[in-house]
This record gives sequence, structure tokens and C-alpha cells, in this order.
Amino acid sequence: MRSLRLNVNGDTLDTAAPSHWTLLEVLRYKLGLTGSKQGCDKGDCGACTVLVNGKPVLSCLTLAANAEGKDVQTIEGLMPAHRANGGQGADPIQDAFDRCGALQCGFCQPGMMLSARALLTENKAPTKRDIQDALSGNLCRCTGYTQILQAVETALVDEVGGDAPTPCWASCATNLGPAKGKTEPIQGGGV
Amino acid sequence: MAARDNHGTGAPWGGDFEMIGKSHRKVDGLAKATGEAIYADDIVLPGMLHAKTLRSPHAHARIRSIDTSKALALEGVHAVITGESMPTKYGVIPWTPDENALAVDKVRFIGDEVAAVAAIDEDTAEAALRLIEVDYEVLHAYFDPLEALQRDEPPIHETKKNNNVSKRVELEFGDCAAALEASDVVLDNEYSFHGSTHAAIEPHCAVARFAADGLLTLWSSTQITHYVHRALSHVLDVPPQRIRVIQPCLGGAFGGKSDPFSLEFCVAKLAMETGRPVKMLWTREEVFYAHRGRHPMQMRYKTGASKDGRISAVDANILIDGGSYSSFGLVTTYYSGQLLTGPYDFPNYHFDSTRVFTNKPPCGPKRGHGSVQPRFAFETQFDELAVKLNIDPIEIRRRNFQGTDTKTVNGQRVTSNGFMECLDQVEAASTWKDRRAKLPFGQGLGVAGSMYISGTNYPIYPNPMPQAGIQLKVDRSGVVTIFTGGNDIGQGSNSVVAYLVCEELGVELDHVRVVAADTDLCPVDLGAYSSRVTFMVGNATIDACRKLRSQVVEAIAAEWECDPKRVRLVRGVALDLEDPDRFIGMREAFHIAEAKFDTLGSTGSYNTPTLGGDYRGGTIGASPAYSFTAHVVEANVDEETGRITVPKVWCAHDCGRALNPMLVAGQIEGSVYMGIVEALMEDHKVNRFGLHSGPSLLDYRMATTIDTPDIEAYIVESIDPEGPYGAKEAGEGPLHSSIPALGNAIFDAVGVRLRDLPFTPAKVLAGLREKRETEEKLETGMDAAGVGDN
Repeated sequence: MRSLRLNVNGDTLDTAAPSHWTLLEVLRYKLGLTGSKQGCDKGDCGACTVLVNGKPVLSCLTLAANAEGKDVQTIEGLMPAHRANGGQGADPIQDAFDRCGALQCGFCQPGMMLSARALLTENKAPTKRDIQDALSGNLCRCTGYTQILQAVETALVDEVGGDAPTPCWASCATNLGPAKGKTEPIQGGGV
Repeated sequence: MAARDNHGTGAPWGGDFEMIGKSHRKVDGLAKATGEAIYADDIVLPGMLHAKTLRSPHAHARIRSIDTSKALALEGVHAVITGESMPTKYGVIPWTPDENALAVDKVRFIGDEVAAVAAIDEDTAEAALRLIEVDYEVLHAYFDPLEALQRDEPPIHETKKNNNVSKRVELEFGDCAAALEASDVVLDNEYSFHGSTHAAIEPHCAVARFAADGLLTLWSSTQITHYVHRALSHVLDVPPQRIRVIQPCLGGAFGGKSDPFSLEFCVAKLAMETGRPVKMLWTREEVFYAHRGRHPMQMRYKTGASKDGRISAVDANILIDGGSYSSFGLVTTYYSGQLLTGPYDFPNYHFDSTRVFTNKPPCGPKRGHGSVQPRFAFETQFDELAVKLNIDPIEIRRRNFQGTDTKTVNGQRVTSNGFMECLDQVEAASTWKDRRAKLPFGQGLGVAGSMYISGTNYPIYPNPMPQAGIQLKVDRSGVVTIFTGGNDIGQGSNSVVAYLVCEELGVELDHVRVVAADTDLCPVDLGAYSSRVTFMVGNATIDACRKLRSQVVEAIAAEWECDPKRVRLVRGVALDLEDPDRFIGMREAFHIAEAKFDTLGSTGSYNTPTLGGDYRGGTIGASPAYSFTAHVVEANVDEETGRITVPKVWCAHDCGRALNPMLVAGQIEGSVYMGIVEALMEDHKVNRFGLHSGPSLLDYRMATTIDTPDIEAYIVESIDPEGPYGAKEAGEGPLHSSIPALGNAIFDAVGVRLRDLPFTPAKVLAGLREKRETEEKLETGMDAAGVGDN
């Protein structure tokens, strides 16, 4: 057992855990910050990504003791930090992920959004390839990444301006009209 | 089908839709974005114990004895259970119960569950596992499905009459042999599909609490709450009214969380034994072994056609490697034949599918259950036919289109069908006519098409009750709460029911709450599988809304002393259509209705109409509506290394009415990704001992942002007469044809026909070598014959 003093989302928190516990375990099971997810527990999937001194780090491969004396930011800290800086609502990354359909099951997304946050804080003019590189350590099984990349581009537009991406669903819907001769639509109010 | 099940395809009030057809936020999007959403492993209960599973190190063995005394004596261990504590067999299909929560007498694959320990923490539980002594008698293990078919000693399941055969289905429609005989061309080839797994990023997890009053509560990462409820009651011998099953937020499933799993029974049993809450979280390695993924299939297809490319007959012979247990295998075996009969017209069709047991992780349903593999084989052979007859591969598909409002050769009713529009979309978007067969060597385009079910009228356990149910409750605050048994597994089903309620009742999205997948609170729904949720739960929701709406409208009309036809609920108000100045907010409208009719609420249900062919198994694969898809894939093949890259995929999917196009696009894009990646990178296989070749998310190679192709999704809306506002499925169909389209693109690129999945560089190089040798032989032959000298 080892006592730990961690700085998480701006709070100094004292806790204790077995000395072999990872930062992910301490965040989730000692501090109750369950937003950071465990997908593989061996550094393959990126779901546990948190920011340590602003850099994305795999918390499942980081001993909790090694995070002492550093600033740890988890997904729970994003919205409060945005508000503390005078922002409205959630962090633009979180909001864009929601608006762009990037959150399907949502399990990989805390890590994904923190990787994106680190990128956009550092680089205000990333290319699409920069965004792909920055997120390449975060596996998503639901989306095929398309709407995730659109969300990061959208968040960038929200923060620095420019043209938002045009997703395929904005323009490509076609309407063939109803199939023939089956049922009459129910019309009007009143029933 | 009852009248309640058909609501028309137009907007509920006539005219334009308010919510439907537009993209909206999901009801749980921000909760997921901020880390607030609670998944199974996020649940912590006071005094909770942690459980671990002891697994078999042998692929096939008899258990002579198990000694748990040392494990039980370890400090911090509270309970150890083995198979004898839960001897009742179960299976998701009631006809094939062959699984035990923990092994009884035998283990059938490496990873089979043998014992479970509950302790104060995971480390202690892990240490206790190492103290359990199991004496095994190792048996011959089967890894080759052909061997399992031919050899019967020792059998994998002693109780099976047909040795290692799990299920055989042979069906014939028309006279296949005669039609093939009479065909101008007959192609006859063998194809094989490898295994792949779901690899949802959230590992399986379950938490159980056994209260002093005898109520057992289970939180589980399941996509079918109702079947888990039934299975728990059956195996634990606890009456169902003493069990509550809750699905928390779910981190992906894709079919991999459809079966009742060992951990759900184990935590429940351990909680009952210890009187303390128990959690079990599987490691990623355990999830790979739990599997239930795509069945490997060895397929022989014969397709006959006329010179102008019209299919005359299809004959399929399929050997399915089921792994160690039945799981959904009965359905898989039917689906392998039954779901191929569109979007093309087969006048004659025969299939003979046999699923055998092997000593490998059990297979089950993965996105496109049972039909992705035959679709690969058939659409590849269809491409070969087009090449042989020198017909454009899109044109040959158009020539064989089955049409709308028709019946397939195996008796399935097809209503709406937008397949031709799907072909048009991908043909135009990919500039197919300018580029196919005209690109430089090493680059190619391929096409394929497919269809899939929107739910099935086969309810797994036969019963006359509805397949989907909804309850609505109205609060005096103006909030409408929807209670749905539907399982939101990330596809957005909770959001879809909310959009429908908004459309029907005129309330704003932030006035709607969704309570889902809790057996104590929600009406039964059969769960998230077979792409049934939007269609069935959507129809049930509209049904419930119409009942509630008529009460509100009647109450307002009485209040205003006007014809109810003048009252419309829209954009948060009740409005008099003939006097636009007269309107009241929906909260007040609900108050008026509650005063007139007492507490407001309603229920809604959906059941499929009677469907399917009039023969044994004719209802399996019978769906109230089918979705249709076409893909064009662009592939680059490196001649030197054999490496295949996919720069672009165009996918057009007919989902009926797109209730929320953004969510539909997400389903199409996710499907395309999953199909292309399983064809190129993934392989769920075991070595000669039955050990998984790479049970981690790194070794089981999945695509990242960098190696996922650029995906262009197109939504085609062939408004379906029976879907909710005309909607059909979007979650599984768009996977199917991505794989054969990729194989066909590889052929277009380098002239190598790959009939075995996965598509690896080694297979490309072997194909190129073989092609070169054939060409050289041909040249030598021509030289010898004196041909070609001029």
C-alpha cells in the first residue's frame, strides 16, 4: 500500500493504493473518476488516455506513483476547465463530438477526446493527416472514424473559425417516395 | 399483424416532419462526452467483492476432479464455485441448451470456464485461481471442421445424436440440378471465410447484488436483457419475479454480447452465496476467448446463367465451423442459406449447410449474422460470371434485380427495395464507367450488392406476445418519460424512440427522458439483434404515442369546444389550426388532458405480420422489411509486396426513411470499416493446441484512423410501407457487400481472384505468381505451336 497525492483536474487529492496500481486504477477505483475507460489494460486501445501535463498518456501503463507532482486531466475535467475559462456548455471538443454523431457507444471517446484536446491546444492549424496521427493511438470500433474526424475539424472551426466540414448526410439523402399499394398513411389530427 | 402495427409512412399530422429526417443530438451524447455515462464496470456497490474465472488450459478434456479447498482457505477469499453449483444447461436458442455456466465433467475449448472465485479484490481472486487443482483427462481435440464432420470419437457433445454435427439444413426451391444442366454457363468454385470477432472496446462486465429480501439484481453489459433474465431464472432456479436485470450504458457489442455469458451466472451465484455484491470484469484476453464471433465457413458455390447474364440457379454447399457450443448456431445455419435470395432473382436455389462443433472458442452472431460469408462467396462468383460473359459487373446486377413488392424464391416477402438506386449512387460517385477496368495495373474498382433483414418474425422462443413494447408516462412538468426494453448498444435506439415521441406528441427533445433495458421498469423487448430495434421498437413507440395523442387532442378539443381535427400538437404547443392565435404550451395541454382522463400514460406494441415460407425453417430469415446495399471499393495492390490498401469506399444503403440521417451515416461508415478491416487485417484463429493466435487488440490488428479507408456513405430512402414512418435497418446491411467488393476490386487491379479470406499479401503474391506462370505457359505453348511469331 502506498499513499498518493495526485493533482487531478485542478484538485489535490490524497489517497492510498497498492504500489503496483496504475493511474487508471487509482482514478477509477479510488477517486471515483470512472470517465477514463479500460479497454485492454495493456496500452493497445487508448480508451484510458488522460492528459498529464497537457500530453496524452496511457493511464493503464502509468503507475499512479509516477503521476505524483504532475497535472492530470481526465474527461471529467474538460467541461469545468472550459467553464473556468469563461466558456459556455461543454468543451468545444465534447460538443462537436455530440453534434457530429461521433459518440456511438462512447466507450473509446473519453480517450479520443483528450487526444484531440491535446492536439488542438498545441496546434491551431492541424491538417487532416495531423488529426489522424494524433488520434491513431485511440481505437474505435463503432464509427469507422469518419464522424470522429469531422468532429475534431468542427471543434477546430468552433475555436478558430474557418469552414466546417460537410458530412455526407447533409446533402446525400434521396427520397424515392413511398412504395406502391400497401397501406394508407394516417393523416391529420384528432384520430 | 394487428392494426396497431401499421402507422403509415407519412408525418403523423400530415405534411412535413418536424423531427424526423433531420439530424439531432443523441439523448445520451453529452453524458457520454463528459464521462458522466455509467457503464457496467463503473458501478461500485458497498462491500462489493471481485470475482475471477478459472479457465481450461486444454482444448478438449474430461474433468476428473476439482479441489478448491486451498483456494477457499486463502485469506480474503469469500467463495469458490464450480460447475456442480449450477448444473442446469442453457443456450440462447431454447432447442439447443448445451452450455454450462461453469464446466460440468468436460471442457471443450481453451478458455472454457471451470471455476469462479469471489474475493476482496482482483489480486486475491487471481491468486486463489492458482490454488484450484483440476485433474484433467486430455482428449483428442478437433480444430479442422472437416475432421469433426468425419470423425465421431470422441464426440465434443456426448448428448448429440449426430456426433459432432451441430445443425444441418438442406433446402431446395425449384429444380436446381436441372436448371444448372440447362444453363449456358455454370461456374463452380470454392470459397472460404475466416473467423473474426467483435472486439467491442468495452470488455464484458457484470455486477450482481442479492438483497436480504431475496431480490437478485444484475447489471450486465448485455445487448439482450430479456434473455439474460430468462436464462438466470432457469439456471439459478430462482423465479423470474425475484430477478431484475439492468443494462447500463454499453460500450459496443456488434453481436458479441447477445448470448447469456458465464460471468452473469457466476456473479449472481457468488452474490447469493456470500450475501455481498460481486463484480466480474473480463480481461481483453478473456473476451477474445469468449468470442461468439463470425463463423468460419468453407463454401462451394455453383451459379448457372444464360449468355446474357441472367441467373438460372444457385447451388451452395457450406461447412460451418461452429466452435465448441451451439450459441445461435441453429439460426446461423439457416441464415447461411436463407438470406442470400435478394436483391437478385434466383429462379432455382438449393443450399446444404452443416454446422459442426470444433474445440475452438464458440462462434455466434457478429454484425451480419450468418449471411456475410455466403454473400462474399456469391458476390465474388457473380463478378467472375460478369467477367466470363464480358458484362459490366454493375450491369449484370441490374439485369438480375428482383424488383419491389415481390417474393423471393424461398418465399420471403420483399416490399420496398431501393437496390437499383444504391447501384446508381455508387456507380456515379465512383466514376465507375470512366475508371473500372481502365485504371493502371495495381489499381482497381469492384462492386457488390446485398440485402439484410430488419428484424425477424422468429422470436427465438415461440410465444404469441408482442416482440416490442413501449410505455409512456407524462409528468405534470411536461416531461414525457419513455420506458423501453430496447437495448441501446451505441447505435442510438434510445435517441430514436425519443425522436419519434417528439414527432408524434409535439414535445421538444429536452422534454423527453428515456428509461431503457431494465426488466423491473420497462416492458419486454427482445433486444438488440437482427437489426430489429428501429423497426420494431419504433413501431411500438408510434403505437403508444397515437393512443396518448388521441386523449390529449380530445381533451383540448373539448376545452376549446372545437373539432379535434383542428387541434395539432407541434413544437411544444397545442395549436388550433384554424385560429393560429389560439395555442397553449404542452405542459398545460397535458394538465387539461390529465384532468379529463386521469393520470396520463399509454402502452404500445409491435408484432410482425405472418411471414415466411410454408416449410420447416421458413420463418427464419423472414423479415417485415429488407434493407439493400451496394458498395464500390477502390483498391491499390503493390505488385512487389502484395500489400493491399483501400483508399476509398463508396457505400449506398437503402434504410427506408432515415429517421436521423447522421446516425444512419454513422452506421454505414462503421459497417464499411468493420467489413474492410476484417477482410484485410483481422483473423480470429487458434494454433494447433487451440491457443488463440493473438488475443489482444494489438495482435488482433484493427484499423486506426490512419489505415481506415476514406468512406463515402449515401443514404437511399425507399420508404417502407410498414416501417416506422417507412424506416428500415441500417446497422448490419452495409457491412455485407464491402468484402466481396474489395475482392472484386483486387481482381480489377491485378487480375488475381482471391476466394479465401482474409486477403493477405502472401495470397496476392501467390496469385500473381500463378498468373505469371499461366501466362508464360501460354506463351511457350503458343511459341511451340508457331503461334504469335507474327
